[in-house]
Amino acid sequence: MNPAHQAEQIAAILAAQQSRPGALLPILHDIQDAFGYIPPDSVAQISSALNLSRAEVHGVITFYHHFRTTPPARHTIQICCAEACQSMGAERLVEHAEKKLAGRKQGDCELQPVYCLGLCAISPAVMIDEELHARVTPEKFDALIKNIGLKNPGGKP
Amino acid sequence: MSIKIFVPRDSAALALGADAVAQAILAEASRRNMDVKLVRNGSRGMLWLEPLVEVQTAKGRVTYGSVSPADVSALFDADFLHGGKHALGLGLTEELAYLKKQERLTFARVGITDPLSLDDYLAHDGYQGLRNALSMQAADIVQQVTDSGLRGRGGAAFPTGIKWKTVLNAAAKQKYIVCNADEGDSGTFSDRMLMEGDPFVLIEGMTIAALAVGATQGYIYVRSEYPHSITVLNEAIGVARKAGYLGADILNSGKRFELEVRKAAGAYVCGEETAMLESLEGKRGIVRAKPPLPAIAGLFGQPTVINNVISLASVPIILARGVAFYKDYGMGRSRGTLPFQLAGNIKQGGLIEKAFGVTLRELMYDFGGGSASGRPIKAVQVGGPLGAYLPESQWDTPLDYEAYASLWAVLGHGGIVVHDDSADLAKLARYAMKFCAIESCGKCTPCRIGATRGVEVMDKIIAGQDGEGQVELLRDLCDTMLNGSMCAMGGMTPYPVLSALNHFPKDFGLVNSR
Repeated sequence: MNPAHQAEQIAAILAAQQSRPGALLPILHDIQDAFGYIPPDSVAQISSALNLSRAEVHGVITFYHHFRTTPPARHTIQICCAEACQSMGAERLVEHAEKKLAGRKQGDCELQPVYCLGLCAISPAVMIDEELHARVTPEKFDALIKNIGLKNPGGKP
Repeated sequence: MSIKIFVPRDSAALALGADAVAQAILAEASRRNMDVKLVRNGSRGMLWLEPLVEVQTAKGRVTYGSVSPADVSALFDADFLHGGKHALGLGLTEELAYLKKQERLTFARVGITDPLSLDDYLAHDGYQGLRNALSMQAADIVQQVTDSGLRGRGGAAFPTGIKWKTVLNAAAKQKYIVCNADEGDSGTFSDRMLMEGDPFVLIEGMTIAALAVGATQGYIYVRSEYPHSITVLNEAIGVARKAGYLGADILNSGKRFELEVRKAAGAYVCGEETAMLESLEGKRGIVRAKPPLPAIAGLFGQPTVINNVISLASVPIILARGVAFYKDYGMGRSRGTLPFQLAGNIKQGGLIEKAFGVTLRELMYDFGGGSASGRPIKAVQVGGPLGAYLPESQWDTPLDYEAYASLWAVLGHGGIVVHDDSADLAKLARYAMKFCAIESCGKCTPCRIGATRGVEVMDKIIAGQDGEGQVELLRDLCDTMLNGSMCAMGGMTPYPVLSALNHFPKDFGLVNSR
């Protein structure tokens, strides 16, 4: 990403959001939605717009699991590891997924644990990019992975 | 006339392929030149049957489930548009035992209406509570909520009316209504189902709360893991505003209430009310010391009502049908109903709204049909990741706040996670402690350090190193966490840990312990 272009896009987000009460979280969401992550060099720009210290902005970004400061892989695969999914074999599914994804090329898929997708009655649950899947067996996981990227070849930025 | 077909848009239905089913139905109908009207409703809560398709017939709505796109052509062949016989057919929806045995007050419309149709909402008794509230004095609204016996459904079970009264009596230019929709407890999904299935009832409940305490701004703090809920709420708020149910002049009453959805960012502790306020203010979600209570000095330092989704969504029916109607349900000091969420290793998982007093055994066997694996059920965690594990000897205790407190257990937000006999309770207890270590906000020592040390101690117990000595240490540590933590995060982690240890010592390699 061209740094001038990045600063410009972030300036537009800041201009749109900064007058809202408690604007920092909405701003960080918008930046992450636009870039896929929060570029570390944007912290100074955000803090100066909100009249906060850089430490405060950094503190917020790193406190929340949702925010990330490195570009995401092309596809994010979240497997729920909370109790209900554990009771239906989520651990085995994670092991299977790790093995399955090991062969894929770097930067293609990123596997993350997540603690509850709210699909606890139809466990185990998985979210691939923005799409939810339930009752995911290893076989179903393989089928989902096979199709990944076909529907949306570019994936996220 | 076109035939109405219902295919849910609830996340659970979508996760099992509801969009593809809806598309297949439309394609097949068009291929056969049949006039159908597709409604994307909320879920009925019989989640094992999703995607559950309903058809409006002369006799009532008829159910087919669970439907895959491959079934659609055969369903048309069987004339399902007129309730025709098919292997997936389950008969009239209203006659299904799972639904018939429930007492749906808060979830009265969920699964029945189109969540984004205001006309549908109004046709099903929507906004009657608000109309009544608009003709009442603020203090009378608060009194009704107090008299109904409604207690916080988020888990703490604090009387809602008393909280509102504190905010009403606090003098301030600006007051807030905050809805806690950071439903982070694993095993719970009633907030999600309600927001996706009947968003107007939440909006109405928040508007009544605003009238009752004199607030003009509301926020719904929704977890980022619920993208569909956020979409539905935002659309519903737009519809309500356009129709004059929100905004500067609610139904020409001169009363103002604005409402906004705020997206959380994946911190479990932000379900704690003061951490949530910090997050809404754009800060790290660090728990605040109380006092001052949020009702006196809450969001941006102003008096703030903070209620869970289900608490707020239960208010409209109280105002519409009256205190006596609502209070009639329940037992003891637990009045009304609780939407229980049956999850985990269970054959027929889903949402069951029942009056307080039902038992776990009834929910797991009469509704749930036993475990999904077919193996015996061993332990049940009630009330989320910070709730106790209950052994079979406790499954006949009525689900009631006080009865559960006497078992040293909690109802929490009504989540019930079932584990079969393959579960290792030592592992689950360690997971609870680990979860606390990961999610602790770090403000207070018992939680921040206690959880990390707790995991180490449990690892030693599980590895069989000085079992009895380490158990004593763990109990001592849990005592500190329980009594010394600032909020429920550290304060309740001992529930799953010690209940597992007390009821399932064998899993910890402690045959003779307690």
